[in-house]
Amino acid sequence: MTAALRFDPIRLPSECEQLRKEVRAFLAEEIAAGTFDPHKPNREDTDVPEFSRKVGARGWLGMTWPKKYGGHERSFLERYVVTEEMRVANAPTRRFFVADRQSGPVLLKYAPEHIKMEILPRICRGEICFAIGMSEPNSGSDLFAAKTRATKTDGGYLINGTKIWTSSAHIADYMIAIFRTSPPTKENRRHGLTQFLVKMKQPGIQVNPIGQITGQYEFNEVVFTDHFIPDDHVLGEIDGAWKQATSELAYERSGPERFLETYYVLTELVRAVGNNPDTRSAEGIGRLVAQVHTMRRMSVSVAGMLQAGKEPVVEASIVKDIGTIWEQQLPHRVRELAAFVEETATNRETLEKQLDFAIKTAPKLTIQGGTTEVLRGIIARGLGLR
Amino acid sequence: MAESENIVAETAEKIFADLADAQTINRDKKGEWKAPLWQALSDAGLPLAWVPEDCGGSGASLAEGFSVLSAAGRFAVAVPLAETMLAGWLLAQAKIASAGGEMTVVPASPKDRITVNADGSLSGRARGVPFAKVAKHFAVLAFDAKGDFSVALVDASKCRIESGLNLGGDPSDVVTLDKVQPIAIKPAPTGFDQARLMLMGGVARSLQIAGALESMLEISVRYSNERVAFEKKISKFQAVQHNLARLAGESAAALAAATSAADAIANAISFNDEVFLEAVAAKIRCSEAAEKGGGIAHQVHGAIGFTIEHILHRYSLRALAWRDDFGSESYWAVELGKLVAQRGADELWPLVASR
Ligand SMILES: Cc1cc2nc3c(=O)[nH]c(=O)nc-3n(C[C@H](O)[C@H](O)[C@H](O)COP(=O)(O)OP(=O)(O)OC[C@H]3O[C@@H](n4cnc5c(N)ncnc54)[C@H](O)[C@@H]3O)c2cc1C
Repeated sequence: MTAALRFDPIRLPSECEQLRKEVRAFLAEEIAAGTFDPHKPNREDTDVPEFSRKVGARGWLGMTWPKKYGGHERSFLERYVVTEEMRVANAPTRRFFVADRQSGPVLLKYAPEHIKMEILPRICRGEICFAIGMSEPNSGSDLFAAKTRATKTDGGYLINGTKIWTSSAHIADYMIAIFRTSPPTKENRRHGLTQFLVKMKQPGIQVNPIGQITGQYEFNEVVFTDHFIPDDHVLGEIDGAWKQATSELAYERSGPERFLETYYVLTELVRAVGNNPDTRSAEGIGRLVAQVHTMRRMSVSVAGMLQAGKEPVVEASIVKDIGTIWEQQLPHRVRELAAFVEETATNRETLEKQLDFAIKTAPKLTIQGGTTEVLRGIIARGLGLR
Repeated sequence: MAESENIVAETAEKIFADLADAQTINRDKKGEWKAPLWQALSDAGLPLAWVPEDCGGSGASLAEGFSVLSAAGRFAVAVPLAETMLAGWLLAQAKIASAGGEMTVVPASPKDRITVNADGSLSGRARGVPFAKVAKHFAVLAFDAKGDFSVALVDASKCRIESGLNLGGDPSDVVTLDKVQPIAIKPAPTGFDQARLMLMGGVARSLQIAGALESMLEISVRYSNERVAFEKKISKFQAVQHNLARLAGESAAALAAATSAADAIANAISFNDEVFLEAVAAKIRCSEAAEKGGGIAHQVHGAIGFTIEHILHRYSLRALAWRDDFGSESYWAVELGKLVAQRGADELWPLVASR
């Protein structure tokens, strides 16, 4: 028998527990100081630059990166703890999260040395915000249909075309984007895309906000008109971004943020139900807790694999697939159970507001970062079906 | 997995591969595979894995025993291996030496009660006791008028047994004790109660369910790569691929939950709320996975998987049956929900994050 999938029961080492205490204490201070309200879900359009700098000052950004770039050479498991505590507290992580999770590691791998020295320490200090420019109007799941052109010119490239659904583009200082540098070949339709570091707020870049059904503004359309990018802002191999983009997505797929986005409604339900629940509420809560515990054990296990230097592509995709479906269903299950909550529950109004927001948020959870269908294709490949 | 767990698990795997091949067992209508399998398992000391050497067992660690149960699940083994291991473990809690041969534990449901009478005899009724009909001895957990728990070794022939079968076709019987004098009886260690026994049994079942799901995933993937329809292998249809990806997800969730719980119990210093969460969550999540994952495995196999000739049912029906032993997922969900409610909303995340 082949044990194709492995999810070893990784335990967080003791240094993580100390760190967890520090993060909780910090978050409690920030809540007390009014920096953010933990009972308000991480509203995507709340941008709190000071919070970002404070998190950087604590050493909680670029935690796993080399010290010479401002990093802290700590473990993936330590980073894991920080991420989940921030997420569960509904802390305003929007400004730094993408850079810390995804863009920084890409720069570490593919940027020229002087760019690393210039930008990575600023990410670690929580000073700058990144966006991801992959999707285009006719290229979402099918990333390799991207058309936005980068045309070679003196000392660099001229960019023309449109990116879309770009989260945080309106506040971002940089974007890591893929552009077409040559047409796809007959043999390889993935060929011809190159990854670039884009400095935002420059001539030739226009950011148009796009509203969302939650009533928030999180993503944007980004239009490039003869925007110039210097040669040293090319990341990695010309025409070879497809290899890089797929490994970048692995960072995006297994973390605690992939099953905890609507978690707050569960906490609030427990509060509303009180300490003596009826059988139906108790069973409902029990099942949800068992499920989130299992999700978390899987996610910690993947963090352990990353720490051990493995590339758990299939495992990470599985965690994202069942994690995002879980967080999507969660508000609906909580809604069913909330129907039995007493009128007098002190937090009834908060619960209702949170449910309203979570139910509106839910549809996006299985789309952002790669759709369920695309992930299942990756898992199927891992199973040897394609 | 530690080195020694590997060796014990490999021994078990090898015996199962040689003597418990699902295809061979499925064709053998007379059950002739059972005796040689049990003999080999006994020779390797596996049924009494959790019994210390000074109580007549092989003194394997909890972790080693759990790895045997995972393997047993992968082969959907239909002999009372898990039951005898649990019985030996229960007896060892009270330093009672195990009897040889097949054993099982009584009760096997959190709702049944066995009591110790004033004269030291035992009375009570327990439903759904796995393999009671096959077992020669029972390890019984009972309590007296003061509410103190005792562990007893009981001769099965002294009890009334009404035979039944579970969904998977394995014995699941009603055991009635009417003032039965045990062979041996001793107090359970302080703090040991029926919930503890049920959770240990539940984790054993979780590992077996997870193992069965691993096998269902494997045979489903294999089948989809062989079966041709509409001039292609069915594995090339996206809908089939997505179903198999979901099965992989359920299998992975069961595996993660069950191995995490086993690891938690194997390393527990005390049986606190965190260990309770691990054990209960495993039983709940693995039971859910048995339903969802088993359903997909059948879908992928089409009609052939619905036949008694095919081996799929050996895994799918047992995984479904195992949900009911030692407290169903609904029972434990209520208990977990109550615990969470009593601890309060602000203590929920710390509980989840404690593992
Ligand atoms: C909140 C949010 C934030 C986002 N942020 C960013 C960002 O910062 N940067 C960025 O680049 N992108 C971002 N995206 C875009 C996201 O990555 C895409 O939406 C996603 O990849 C899907 O692409 P699409 O929307 O074009 O849908 P489509 O690709 O048109 O897909 C529509 C449907 O068809 C299905 N489908 C498509 N192809 C197949 C196939 N081969 N097999 C089976 N089904 C298929 C999809 O699964 C989906 O269900 C964000 C999206 C959301 C919702």
